[in-house]
Amino acid sequence: MSTTDQILQDVVIKFAGDSGDGMQLTGQQFTNNTALLGIDLATFPDFPAEIRAPIGTLPGVSGFQLHFSSNKVYTPGDIADVLVAMNAAALKVNLKSIKPGGKIIANIDGFDSKNLRLANYPDGINPLEDGSLDSYDLIKIDVTKLTRESLKDFTDLGVKERDRAKNMFVLGFIYWMYNRSLENTIEFLKEKFGKKETILQSNIKVLQAGYNYGDTTETFTTRYKVEKAKMPAGLYRSIMGNQALTYGLIAASEKSGLPIFLGSYPITPASDILHELSKYKSFGVKTFQAEDEIAAITSAIGASYGGLLGITTTSGPGMALKAEAMGLAVMLEIPLVIVNIQRGGPSTGLPTKTEQSDLMQAYYGRNGECPMPVIASSTPSDCFEVAYEACRIALQHMTPVILLSDGYIANGAEPWRFPTSNDLKPINVKFKTSLDEGEEKFMPYKRDEKLVRPWAIPGTAGFEHRIGGLEKQDITGNVSYDADNHQHMVKTRQAKVDKIADHIPLQKMDSGADKGKVLVLGWGSTYGAIKSAVLELQAQGKSVSHAHIRYIRPFPKNLGEIISNFETVLIPEINNGQLVKIIRDEYMVDAKAYNKIMGVPITKGELVDVLKKML
Amino acid sequence: MSDTVTAAPLTAKDFATDQEVRWCPGCGDYSILAQVQKVMPTLGIPKENVVVVSGIGCSSRFPYYMNTFGMHSIHGRATAIASGLKAARPELSVWIVSGDGDSMSIGGNHTIHLLRRNFDVNMLVFNNQIYGLTKGQYSPTSEEHKITKSTPFGSIDHPFNPLALAMGADATFVARSMDRDPKHLQQTLIRANAHKGCSFVEIYQNCNIFNDGAFEIFTEKGTKMEETLFLENGKPLIFGATQNKGIKLDGFNPVVVELGNGVSADDLWIHDDKDFYKAQILVRMFDDPRKANHLPRPFGVFYETERLCYEDVMALQIEEVITSKGKGNLDKLLRGKEVWEIM
Ligand SMILES: Cc1ncc(C[n+]2csc(CCOP(=O)(O)OP(=O)(O)O)c2C)c(N)n1
Ligand code: SF4
Ligand SMILES: [Mg+2]
Repeated sequence: MSTTDQILQDVVIKFAGDSGDGMQLTGQQFTNNTALLGIDLATFPDFPAEIRAPIGTLPGVSGFQLHFSSNKVYTPGDIADVLVAMNAAALKVNLKSIKPGGKIIANIDGFDSKNLRLANYPDGINPLEDGSLDSYDLIKIDVTKLTRESLKDFTDLGVKERDRAKNMFVLGFIYWMYNRSLENTIEFLKEKFGKKETILQSNIKVLQAGYNYGDTTETFTTRYKVEKAKMPAGLYRSIMGNQALTYGLIAASEKSGLPIFLGSYPITPASDILHELSKYKSFGVKTFQAEDEIAAITSAIGASYGGLLGITTTSGPGMALKAEAMGLAVMLEIPLVIVNIQRGGPSTGLPTKTEQSDLMQAYYGRNGECPMPVIASSTPSDCFEVAYEACRIALQHMTPVILLSDGYIANGAEPWRFPTSNDLKPINVKFKTSLDEGEEKFMPYKRDEKLVRPWAIPGTAGFEHRIGGLEKQDITGNVSYDADNHQHMVKTRQAKVDKIADHIPLQKMDSGADKGKVLVLGWGSTYGAIKSAVLELQAQGKSVSHAHIRYIRPFPKNLGEIISNFETVLIPEINNGQLVKIIRDEYMVDAKAYNKIMGVPITKGELVDVLKKML
Repeated sequence: MSDTVTAAPLTAKDFATDQEVRWCPGCGDYSILAQVQKVMPTLGIPKENVVVVSGIGCSSRFPYYMNTFGMHSIHGRATAIASGLKAARPELSVWIVSGDGDSMSIGGNHTIHLLRRNFDVNMLVFNNQIYGLTKGQYSPTSEEHKITKSTPFGSIDHPFNPLALAMGADATFVARSMDRDPKHLQQTLIRANAHKGCSFVEIYQNCNIFNDGAFEIFTEKGTKMEETLFLENGKPLIFGATQNKGIKLDGFNPVVVELGNGVSADDLWIHDDKDFYKAQILVRMFDDPRKANHLPRPFGVFYETERLCYEDVMALQIEEVITSKGKGNLDKLLRGKEVWEIM
């Protein structure tokens, strides 16, 4: 029978099901398949807080949203064109985020009376049957039954094992719907189940069955196609935030010649960096799963003291535990990178949800006058450069650096035009091994023009010296309780961090004129939403521009000037207003805040609404 | 004639710094510093390879007085810092100096993990059974009912037995010594250094300002012989004013016997620091000396065993991966498995 192909520019699809339904894997496979075709994309996985919440319940729903387009993509999309709902709970949780008239692909078996009850539908009500979804394009498929049927020859597989392949049926069907090939997923399955022949063959069988179902069932008459996006020429791959961050750290290690030591204690959503880095022993990476976050950072301090690239990774609660040790690193003036993948707080808060609420903590959250550089990543692939920069600043300015990312970018994916090692700026590190001309004795706190002290590591004969957390005498580094010296040292440590501004790029406008009515100033993961909202309004002729800050402490030297060129500054954040307070304080401007604290990203749509009122 | 100049052998002086030592006059820390400085030149370790890491407390000021690499860090964390340092640089000789508060209260967690991982470092715990630096609060090793600034009606805490804690954490070297017995302390330090693995050395240290005389019963001439038991490998457990008493095992219980009258040294417990089960009993010889019929307190090396060191296994794993997979290639890593080209 004949089908027609329809070209689409832009699709947002959400895969949703029980956390045991394999929706993350399905989403990732479809993402890779999409990326390999040169289509631009952004993803947003949305996990339940519990590893295995009761099956079929609302808290157990796991989702994976993918936005793909032949135009440039900046966000995973505000609202879905297509929802795949594996059960009633998945429909209920996501119904409000489907476009009017959008497609709902529902697994009939997931809407039996038990599932309906678990999803809190009133007795006797089934949304697939009662007409409540009439305004949508509802496609009902009995995935469970069809999966079992396609595996009827696999007699040595139990029912449970057969049912586990359900997601492959859905994936196959979606591949058919969007005119895709099954190849990359078959390759993936081969790698995953290589040794387990039956499992491998059964998964491939079901994947093909899903595809053929689309082909042979008369009801589906249209297939869709999204063309390649126009992106800058080059080689691309798909990358997730925490993965990019890991690569950035390894790249900095390779370029500086210092092996990585990572001290870390598992915590969502930062653990993946520990997992990733642990794989790369071939790069000489040493990973240490410490007994707590305090040991994680202090072991990294010990390693850095020994001359390695010391790194610690965590999320908000872990940051709180590391605070005292960060102060030590500030006093020791040794390189250290502290990565905070932010999540909803305070306390344990919302572990699997995203938030930008640790900025104040990074900026101010230590005892004493304790300035540290802060740098933030804005998209999954940006994590690479930001991690690289964090290491560069730490090593070249002998200082601990805080890198802020968040759960949204950590788990999100996008295409990445990856660099080669030759594209990366060198990171020159020189240990102190000999006295300079005119020097009689090694002075551990004698500074260069950047106010940076020398790094002499244990094992260097003649350079034995003692450092510690007590206030230091200028130049000698001996313990000093002298009043004037303390004031001088506090000012010097601040000046040293401020001077980093001479060694970072100036702030650029992301889009829009240098002068105008409204400047939207963002940091971190709000990038995509701000970018697309501002572009939309610019297209309507509005006077609105966008600048996105990567270097938060110190700020780029021209940031004040940029801000002063606009009548109003709007700072959207996923917190209760943090950067906005720092900007007001630093530049004495009446910056406006837009805050959303719901554990989810700000959408383009809501920003457009906010901005319209200001323009 | 050879044109190489043999460097003069190092002396204790080479390990002293120009910093004024700031402990109270009479503090037991002075003696410990002197013994460490005396022992150091005999160990054959280049001075630049020695790192002393301490936490916070009177005892933790130690690194400032050692002319080696050193870090006076934060309260309780010297153990974790030393772990990272040793993992990073296995060739260094790392010495941790800590107090009873530093290592057993705020840093208790890191202490047990350091021991179970068995980094090849030496951990010296200066136990004065008090918080010295904060001016005299009771510590996790203070005896019950102790009157201090924070316990005017007597402490209600049950104290730690540091060596039992170390055994519980699977330490591979467990020893006790004291500030007032320089020879014994030197020998103990030499053995601690010779041990490949984490050496846990508890050193009884008198704080003459806030807890004067805490160990006097073990250290002063009049009572020392009667109250202490010095452990030596292959030797029977003998003590007493005239070496007239010994320890025998009655089932699992150590009991005191008088020598003579048919009881000879051959009937006594012979010390073997490789014996794990006996070491468990030895560390439990921890009676409150104020109690009647208490057992003497043992000093010396209680236990020593061999186990792979964390930093060595860590390095080995890296080597093995590099041998089997080759050295990491950054361009390969960045490129990944699936790429596409946009023209
Ligand atoms: C985080 C932190 N909490 C508390 C203190 C205060 N403090 C410093 S030393 C110390 C106790 C030291 O006792 P101990 O480790 O036995 O060392 P000593 O002074 O007896 O040698 C305390 C509570 C501190 N410096 N840091
Ligand atoms: S307070 Fe006690 S432990 Fe501290 S230096 Fe004085 S005597 Fe020594
Ligand atoms: Mg003490």
